[in-house]
Amino acid sequence: MPYATARASEQLALPGTRAPDFTLHRTPDQTVSLRDLRGRPVILAFYPADWSPVCGDQMALYNEVLPEFARYDAALLGISVDGVWCHQAFAENRRLHFPLLADFEPKGAVAQRYGVYRGADGTSDRALFVIDPEGIIRWRYVSPIAVNPGADGILRALAALNLKAGAP
Amino acid sequence: MTKRRDRVVLAVPVGAADHALGAAQAPVTLVEYGDFECPHCRQAYPIVKELQRRMGARLRFVFRHFPLTQVHAHAEHAAEAAEAAGAQGKFWEMHDRLFERQFALEDDQLVEYAQELGLDASRVARDLAAHTYEPRVREDFSSGVRSGVNGTPTFFVNGIRHDAAWDLEPLAAALERAAQQGAEVG
Repeated sequence: MPYATARASEQLALPGTRAPDFTLHRTPDQTVSLRDLRGRPVILAFYPADWSPVCGDQMALYNEVLPEFARYDAALLGISVDGVWCHQAFAENRRLHFPLLADFEPKGAVAQRYGVYRGADGTSDRALFVIDPEGIIRWRYVSPIAVNPGADGILRALAALNLKAGAP
Repeated sequence: MTKRRDRVVLAVPVGAADHALGAAQAPVTLVEYGDFECPHCRQAYPIVKELQRRMGARLRFVFRHFPLTQVHAHAEHAAEAAEAAGAQGKFWEMHDRLFERQFALEDDQLVEYAQELGLDASRVARDLAAHTYEPRVREDFSSGVRSGVNGTPTFFVNGIRHDAAWDLEPLAAALERAAQQGAEVG
């Protein structure tokens, strides 16, 4: 059981349960609330830190895959414990076209509510969640921390949502 | 603890539409998803050459496009230029040229390389301007995304994603293992 370390008091955000709501800053003066995205599929991509030193890092990859996510009308939110100014510089440098949310204060609180905080490291796991338009978690994947999980699992989960909704 | 629940496999098997060096019957097929402007792919380029030299007829090498267009401004056109050269029968010559001249990938330079390779350069220029091969490049990219490509370069050995280091020796060892497994099965 990979997640047995989570305390009972933590909500374990498992498939089939309601996604814990949150409001986080995406820029110094703008916030994003999960509930505002109701009606669309949402992809939460928790990642350990901005500025990983490779070109094809996880966020850069998702940036390239945005048109494929858009085919499902899905909203992508990147989340790490980095602060808003750090996110802003990173997003500009990598030309990211989706929001990076700052799980900064209290540090890692949202990651903890989703059961994907790594206390020893002070960062979140590399964890992916796909939430359906009604706000229910439909898919969750925690990648080994050093392995960029790619986007194939997300796309399969989005396709599965569509099947359930009876869309083509 | 299931760290690696499943092996990541190629969603689109190697087929006639691919650019391949080596025989289809070769016991090992190495697929690279790459970006001509990616410095890591540039590092991998001579490694692949060495692997081809060592393995000889036992290796088939396939290159598929995975341009990270937001971080590499020239990557998309470079990929399209390789396809345009491929349409004139010189994909691999252009592939090599692009990696060797990675620091110079402006449109007029791409056309210049076509000329140096003895291609109809004005046709390559038209293909670039018209984005003739954009759909083809997108197709590769999309197959990569569906196959779990998570950065560049990403290699697949006989259809399975190679998650270990792609320095010469680890990759060579993976290819030898695949060759032996192939021999046992076949």
